[in-house]
Amino acid sequence: MSSATATAPNYELIQQDGLDTGLLEVSMGPHHPSTHGVFRMDVKLDGETVVDLSPVFGYLHRNHEKLAENMSYLGSMPFTDRLDYFNSMTNNWAYALAAEKLVEIEVPERAEYLRVIMAELTRLVNHLSLVGFFVNDLGALGTPLLYAFREREKILDLFEQASGARMMCNYFRFGGLRNDVPEGWLDRAREVVDRFPVFLDEYEKLLCENEIILSRTQGVGNLSRDLAISAGITGPMLRASGERYDLRKVDRYGIYDRFQFRVPYSDGDVGDCYDRFIVRMLEMRESIGILKQALDGIEHGPVLGNAPKVFKPKPAEVYGRVEAPKGELGFYLIADGTPKPYRYRVRPPSLINLTVLRDMCLGQKVADAVIILGSIDIVLGEVDR
Amino acid sequence: MAAPGQSQRPTAGGSHGVSERSHEPVLQQFPEAEWDEAAGAIIAPLGQARALAEWLLGQGVDYCSNVTGVDYLEREVKEKVTGEDGKVETVTRTEPGRMDVVYHLYSMRKQTGPLVLKQRTGREHPQVQSLTPVWRSCELQEREVYDLFGVDFTGHPDQRRILMWDEFEGHPMRKDYTEPFDYEWEPTPHDEILDKHQRGKVIV
Repeated sequence: MSSATATAPNYELIQQDGLDTGLLEVSMGPHHPSTHGVFRMDVKLDGETVVDLSPVFGYLHRNHEKLAENMSYLGSMPFTDRLDYFNSMTNNWAYALAAEKLVEIEVPERAEYLRVIMAELTRLVNHLSLVGFFVNDLGALGTPLLYAFREREKILDLFEQASGARMMCNYFRFGGLRNDVPEGWLDRAREVVDRFPVFLDEYEKLLCENEIILSRTQGVGNLSRDLAISAGITGPMLRASGERYDLRKVDRYGIYDRFQFRVPYSDGDVGDCYDRFIVRMLEMRESIGILKQALDGIEHGPVLGNAPKVFKPKPAEVYGRVEAPKGELGFYLIADGTPKPYRYRVRPPSLINLTVLRDMCLGQKVADAVIILGSIDIVLGEVDR
Repeated sequence: MAAPGQSQRPTAGGSHGVSERSHEPVLQQFPEAEWDEAAGAIIAPLGQARALAEWLLGQGVDYCSNVTGVDYLEREVKEKVTGEDGKVETVTRTEPGRMDVVYHLYSMRKQTGPLVLKQRTGREHPQVQSLTPVWRSCELQEREVYDLFGVDFTGHPDQRRILMWDEFEGHPMRKDYTEPFDYEWEPTPHDEILDKHQRGKVIV
């Protein structure tokens, strides 16, 4: 295990005596377009090479946890949408999963299927946008991103028909879903899912072997497997570094044990930006496979279990986690017998994946720091909470 | 199409592959550690958390998922005690306030977990050992606990505020934190109102 031992970050990298005019300190952000929100990196540059980097957080901080602790359990369900605002469905699921552990509600069959369908559609949306923004960061301005957004819009239409909102869905409830999908929704979903591989084929042909993408991303932003595990990296980023760890396979939450799917991962011990990009492209294929199986298996029935009218769990501590598109999204709840959670904690994958940003950027060119940040896939609503 | 037997699965979202007795070897190795049955957590003995964490890492617990703090105020607990003569009496005792730092640990290679580890400290000058040198994933999360709860992590390589700005005073996630009265609000300069405001009487 010695190789996996965590190393404390080397904060004494730069020992400057006096004023070194060779180094340029650049504050990238908080309104830099490549930071995908209000995120700031303080970068020290020697020419074009990054010699030090420190991320600065908190521009979007609104103390989500404190707000939720002063609210009823269900009251913060719509607020979880705003964490990672690209993936409101998986945020809902993670919270519902944790709360359901508190009171042991049985989730009906149809709701479980719809949850999987919504979560996998969300994964498609997230990976699509990520790839679009990623090539946008690489300089392919607009076109590939709009290709991705064209497809994303079709899925968001499905979300709107089911829940009434494109992005802030607020669709999950403890013990099931808020409402059933409207008539004909499953057919429309099947149509979207069936047509999606046509788009993916085209997208892969355009991007995966594109010479510019290959030369700009391969060997850039290396992350070793040992560091990734120690730093708690999860999701596609971890799998791109060679560790095959997917909560859908490990925890088998929901009904993921019923579906056949593979977990794409890189077979080396080190992952670069290209690995992270390609793992997401492959994950979309697997998501389509899951969606097809789920759409075949779904049956009629209720979508909301016997959830209590007033949600007032007995004192307990639970930790529920799901494989969100960005990594492990966890909710840690402490109940004290009142209708409000005593402690409500979100484990944000975006924030924790940023732990290694500095390690990956050191020694790289400043233009590559932008790509590396793009390949991590952060959403500031979740980083700052 | 699901087979009928498949619906009889355990509770929704139950974690599979978790060994129920994963805490027992830890308690054997560290006899001073306590096991909190209700919370399902190991309470690390004071000053030994780092050693315990390093031992756990050697046992294959390579992934620290979640780090957070929990603030418990001092409170009065009423308990029913049966006396010697068989009478049931209600006794009130004061439970001192405390601060817990909670770690959720997993093993990626063995795919087991979670193992919940807690460091317990007082509320006044909370100080615990940093586990960042053992698991890098604690780095930003311990900074967050320092920022929002005011827990001092000895051995943390870069202990600064993370979400609040550097000049901010107080720790907002503490249970007894109150917002400053004039937060985001300029009081009117009229003497009477300003005076009332300073005494906390003006409600905006």
